[in-house]
Amino acid sequence: MAGQASRGKTLYDKLWDAHLVRQRDDGSALIYIDRQLLHEVTSPQAFEGLKLADRQPWRLDANLATPDHNVPTTLNERQHGIEGIEDPVSKIQVKTLDENCDHFGITQFDMQDQRQGIVHVVGPEQGATLPGMTVVCGDSHTSTHGAFGALAHGIGTSEVEHVLATQCLVAKKMKNMLVRVDGSLGTGVTPKDVILAIIGHIGTAGGTGFAIEFGGDVIRNMTMEGRMTLCNMAIEAGARAGMVAVDQTTIDYVQGRPFAPKGEQWDQAVTVWKTLHSDSDAVFDQVVVLNGDEIKPQVSWGTSPEMVLPVDAQVPFPEDAPDETRKEGYARALEYMGLTAGQKITDIPVDRVFIGSCTNSRIEDLREAAAVVKGKRVADTVKEALVVPGSGLVKAQAEAEGLDKVFVEAGLEWREPGCSMCLAMNADKLGQGEHCASTSNRNFEGRQGFGGRTHLVSPAMAAAAAIAGHFVDVRDFDRQASVA
Amino acid sequence: MQAFTVHKGAVAPLDRANVDTDMIIPKQFLKSIKRTGFGVNLFDELRYQDEGYPGQDCSRRPLNPEFVLNQSRYQGVSILLARQNFGCGSSREHAPWALDDFGFRCVIAPSFADIFYNNCFKNGVLPITLSDEVVEQLFNEVEANKGYQLTVDLEREVVVKPNGEELPFNVDAFRRHCLLNGLDDIGLTLQDADQIRRFEQRYKADNPWLFASE
Repeated sequence: MAGQASRGKTLYDKLWDAHLVRQRDDGSALIYIDRQLLHEVTSPQAFEGLKLADRQPWRLDANLATPDHNVPTTLNERQHGIEGIEDPVSKIQVKTLDENCDHFGITQFDMQDQRQGIVHVVGPEQGATLPGMTVVCGDSHTSTHGAFGALAHGIGTSEVEHVLATQCLVAKKMKNMLVRVDGSLGTGVTPKDVILAIIGHIGTAGGTGFAIEFGGDVIRNMTMEGRMTLCNMAIEAGARAGMVAVDQTTIDYVQGRPFAPKGEQWDQAVTVWKTLHSDSDAVFDQVVVLNGDEIKPQVSWGTSPEMVLPVDAQVPFPEDAPDETRKEGYARALEYMGLTAGQKITDIPVDRVFIGSCTNSRIEDLREAAAVVKGKRVADTVKEALVVPGSGLVKAQAEAEGLDKVFVEAGLEWREPGCSMCLAMNADKLGQGEHCASTSNRNFEGRQGFGGRTHLVSPAMAAAAAIAGHFVDVRDFDRQASVA
Repeated sequence: MQAFTVHKGAVAPLDRANVDTDMIIPKQFLKSIKRTGFGVNLFDELRYQDEGYPGQDCSRRPLNPEFVLNQSRYQGVSILLARQNFGCGSSREHAPWALDDFGFRCVIAPSFADIFYNNCFKNGVLPITLSDEVVEQLFNEVEANKGYQLTVDLEREVVVKPNGEELPFNVDAFRRHCLLNGLDDIGLTLQDADQIRRFEQRYKADNPWLFASE
């Protein structure tokens, strides 16, 4: 068209265009959904809605279910199946997922299936998450799947029902943000530290209304597991969707997985997947640049993921807050967390340690933590240190590598897969006032238990804190340990 | 879904930024398989002094007298005035279910988290975004005037203050249409079923690996 310069597309633009069923005049659109992941907490009311309206799922093969939020993580409670779940309310919810999947014919990896696990670990592990897909789930951490060059985001229960019934979602196009992390990461600095540093930089509402694409050398050099950790917490920066362009790392990870295409279809798919990156002349509405060389291991000190600092910093004073509203937030957070402004982060004692969650429960996370605790002992002052693998298959892999023994010998507990203490819907929770070094994604008040105090860290940092009994800089952890 | 046209109601001020969905409805209450009954546990950890659990008789629990919804002057409110980034965190639709069940029809804030904002519209709860300055002004007026009420007119997209002053707001045309008429999203989308099927056929031809072989 005369006078209109053609503009390159971002990855998000491409994914949106490929799934656009109908653009409505009022700005809303119908987009086609390739994959819906279901779990027990946000699906019962959706299935009930379908039944009440006498509707059937549009496409059964697009759905995959597994219970994760409520499932117990002790072998004792797990070995008797659903009937063995002690909490009667949790039991009903897990059972309801079972019944609904049976009723409608939806594939479920039930609690006793080795493939069961946290939905955001299971999807990628099975190849049920593929590049170029639209992936939704009634869980905000669905952004995880964007690591595959997919458009993935959390939805509410009404939308779960809508996708079941129509295979579409009513959506409005978001804006494009590029978060570029240049340079390289130092030893002991992990993808978790990168995403915490990004959230600290742009804030928990910094990405609201945007789809974030993560790019730059640091991301290109990350493994798929690292990219999943990164995209997982895009929502903690306010962005429903985070994503990373497809490259050989993505393709290599997907190849051979149970749900991944094979033979001729594999070649066909790879040809399409290789186009899943932003064009060089694509324009982003906002660009944020960080230098990876400057990122240190991070520890959250407050009650919002943006209240995060490098491990060598001190707990801030309310006056340090960037604005008036946050000043109040800082003061409230200090009180809730039982911290004193000016206190060194490394002086914060740790009562419990949680290594797990959809952010950090994959095999690499467990290897990272095991490497730190190997041959050491959890500090006497630490009441409990849990390692909860993200799926039965992650658990089996870790056991094949002997990681479970490393953890147990060091005094950590080796559990069955599930969401566990990330949100404490099962029996794993913090007591009032307890500080937890946690590899999860949210440090909100009460998130891990009534009155509990969460500090978000990487698996390596959580492991180091377990041994030391307080936060330590994992980069010089060995040296510190030998001095102590 | 209940329609939202014009609503007049008393306002409660929740003077706190970044109110997350864990705060709106803590996780232990998400174990319910129903859509109703969450109102007594709305803001549970702020509202009560003890730890709540599902199915409990909340009338016997110790209330936190400091919390705004426990103060006598804010009984019977149906409009929540809040600060920035309200509803951040998880996608739990239990958050708007709890607000609705408690009796809130409308939340006014300078900004909302995306998923929460979206979930509100599916449940007849209207989230209204007004500027920081206007929200600040409303906080001052609510706190200064006992029984302060606002009228929210979705048709005209204005909030009307007691003195008649009108504060314009904006809602997407589609969401506004659905809320004004209490329309079921799924029914509307299924009117386009033929178009979805046509899309699906073409899409399947281009991306056969995304469909299970029959």
